[in-house]
Amino acid sequence: MADLHKLAEMLKELDDLLVGCMRCGMCQAVCPVFGQTGLETDVTRGKLALLDGLAKEMLKDPEGVNEKLNRCLLCGTCEANCPSGVKIMDIFLKGRAIMTGYFGLTPVKQVIFRGMLSNPKLFNALTGMGSKFQGLLTKKVDDMLGSSCARFNSPVIGDRHFSTLAKKPLHKIVPEMNTPAGKSGLKVAFYTGCVIDKIYPHVGEAVLDVLNRKGVGVYMPANQACCGIPALSSGDTETFDKLVVHNMKLFAEGDFDYLITACATCTATLKELWPRMFSGDSAVKYDIGKLEKKVMDISQFLVDVLHVEPIEKTSCESVTYHDPCHLKNSLGIISQPRAMIAAAGCEFKEMTEAGVCCGCGGSFNIAHYDISKKIGVRKAENIMNSGAQTLATSCPACMLQITDMLSQKKAGIEVKHVIELYADQLSGQDSK
Amino acid sequence: MGAEKLIKDFEAAVGADNVMTSETDRHAYSYDAAVLDSVMPAMVVRPATSEALGLATKLCNDNELPLTVRGAGTNLSGGTIPHPGGVVVLTNGLNRILEINEEDMYAVVEPGVVTATFAAEVAKRGLFYPPDPGSQTVSTLGGNVAENAGGLRGLKYGVTKDYVMGMDFWDVNGELIKAGSRTVKCVTGYNLAGLMIASEGTLGVFDKIILKLIPPAQTAKSMMAIFPSMKAASETVAAIIANKIVPATLEMMDNFTIRTVENFRGAGLPVDAAALLLIEVDGHPGQVADEAAKVEDICRKNGASEIKVAKDAAERDAVWQARRDALPALAKLRPTCVLEDATVPRSKIPAMIEVLDNISKKYDLTIGTFGHAGDGNLHPTILTDKRDKKEWERVEHAIDEIFDSALALGGTLSGEHGIGIAKSKYLEKETSRATIEYSRRMKSVLDPKGILNPGKIIG
Repeated sequence: MADLHKLAEMLKELDDLLVGCMRCGMCQAVCPVFGQTGLETDVTRGKLALLDGLAKEMLKDPEGVNEKLNRCLLCGTCEANCPSGVKIMDIFLKGRAIMTGYFGLTPVKQVIFRGMLSNPKLFNALTGMGSKFQGLLTKKVDDMLGSSCARFNSPVIGDRHFSTLAKKPLHKIVPEMNTPAGKSGLKVAFYTGCVIDKIYPHVGEAVLDVLNRKGVGVYMPANQACCGIPALSSGDTETFDKLVVHNMKLFAEGDFDYLITACATCTATLKELWPRMFSGDSAVKYDIGKLEKKVMDISQFLVDVLHVEPIEKTSCESVTYHDPCHLKNSLGIISQPRAMIAAAGCEFKEMTEAGVCCGCGGSFNIAHYDISKKIGVRKAENIMNSGAQTLATSCPACMLQITDMLSQKKAGIEVKHVIELYADQLSGQDSK
Repeated sequence: MGAEKLIKDFEAAVGADNVMTSETDRHAYSYDAAVLDSVMPAMVVRPATSEALGLATKLCNDNELPLTVRGAGTNLSGGTIPHPGGVVVLTNGLNRILEINEEDMYAVVEPGVVTATFAAEVAKRGLFYPPDPGSQTVSTLGGNVAENAGGLRGLKYGVTKDYVMGMDFWDVNGELIKAGSRTVKCVTGYNLAGLMIASEGTLGVFDKIILKLIPPAQTAKSMMAIFPSMKAASETVAAIIANKIVPATLEMMDNFTIRTVENFRGAGLPVDAAALLLIEVDGHPGQVADEAAKVEDICRKNGASEIKVAKDAAERDAVWQARRDALPALAKLRPTCVLEDATVPRSKIPAMIEVLDNISKKYDLTIGTFGHAGDGNLHPTILTDKRDKKEWERVEHAIDEIFDSALALGGTLSGEHGIGIAKSKYLEKETSRATIEYSRRMKSVLDPKGILNPGKIIG
């Protein structure tokens, strides 16, 4: 293992970012993890102090620091509320990359990121097989939510009520698409994202249906790869760079006005992290700079570009909305998804703490399910107290977490993507 | 060997899960919000019951371990920076509101309750807890009492000390001391609760606090007045008070702060204005209408070039957003932000503003000034980079001079941030040698082994 001094030298790169934290502690008010544990090492101020301590060689236990560093959802709520404007996400992602460089990637993560994720064809083949055999290990618990739990005592699944892999992923239903602009005069690229492709293909279908109805041409290349956030948040910048290059190559071939995703995390990754964290070829970096301006969340596109309007209430369905961190904190997209719910003719019921993280945090859910669940239970209770029949959101990762929580609570509340509500409304008009 | 036994004893007292000894855990409790060097404690404990808190205090005393109580660690004078080798006692395991009594208008709380959480809970019952320090969304009531925290409403509603009716606290022997009562009047024994206020953890460990509540004002009206000079703005402040009007809040911002806030938010503040006053009057609707009209008139007579009266809740919020933006907007300009709170008599504000202006020029430093003009508590905010050794030296000289000037104007070292470590060296300048010796003698009797937050206030 490399020596501590070398690690400190590597961390000095963060000094200009770290020095901005004045230790005011206001992040304690908003951090969902700190809200559950009350531990200073779980809140941003504490984590920044730990990184600073390592960089200044005041600390001798990098394993200890690394463990604390990973107890974070990367939800970005602290950064969005930081009085000093500290670039916290940059610090955490770079910090994790430095730590991974120092400790090396765990064997499991090597297999997942470098073996599977960076190879979309293999990833698709493996998850395709998984969807056929998952019934042997799991059983349905909630038909409305489509959630399942473990058939046998499983250390990996635990007591989760999870959404299973779709029988037919989106890339099997619609392998690729390249249609010209219709009456809108616009053409968009559609970046699917792994969770929509493999677990919620109907969300992808709803996006394509709405775009088609609005006369928007679609460029959807085959063989899309993961956006890279799981690798990046584990400090694996090598895989991240590889995935960015793969995707950039696919989208470089299309001609489009906007690049749309229906996944908050993918949108934020493409728009914020590809430009900031990609460390490869400068020509690709230049292209990312151009592409980044075109990246939009689906609701943002429909409301801000196509000017979709609210309509009279047509549906008896009452809906509440959960703000995904990657739309609210990273991109400031708050009103557009709510406008989509109004455009779908649904009755809207705002829940308390709509903008508080659901506790998923990607791999955080796997490594720290106890804390993740506590945060998620609070979210579920807020959803239930809103009195709405349906929970809508804009991120499939949040849908996974909230489905788990509502299913465990037997809440009888449906979980949908906002675009599904709107697609339902449009297709309902047809049948009238 | 001794250390292992000690850890076991603490684990027995507060529970094994509530004792932290790893390097990472200890490092995370080695600092607070003051721009000072961090100091590693030997142990961090988090008692979850009143009894555990008392036992932990006694254990520290029995073993002569320096004890520093920590709430949210937002202290701006180093009061929660531990002593080397000491024990940090966290209060956030003791965060229950034990009682809110609507009939007798008081509440009983544990020290770790967050200020804003408490204020919101009180508001739900139709009552009002006025102290609103800037860190209220995270700060704890125990910390507020230990520092005598203030806030924006100091002028009309007073500060934390005006709301402490009594408390139970642990002495160093682990005995529970009872001070004050739940009654409006109480002259039973020494005013020990008063002694505990602003004692910064040096005299006892708070167990429960009894806080006074009041009925909220029925209505409020906010306005923003723009002035061509700081002098005109300060004279307006004096004139408002002289007309027997006591606004709930009366805040001031200098031109540098105005420009920084406007650059930050883009809410349309007048960037060429020399000064802004943000004013809110509250009370009975008739009184509010009357006072708001008078304040407007006074502002105009004293040279306000423009007055914007908030017509609805959204406009009122916009007025106060500008004030809330002041510190974050300034803090973003440079890596290090030194927030001072030297306070002068209200009438000396124009003189203090001039002093700050001269200091900023003399030491070639960027200083933004805003603050509670109504109570003379300004917040000169020095923007710097502590890594720049030469500039940092100038900052230290500037701070010395700010304190000297505030004292020369009949003011005080600290309006609301406390003395802690940062300002203890100036204490004699404001008080006297005898005052410090008197305080030390008192402490030496109450805390013979000197374990309670050593090094704070009286050195």
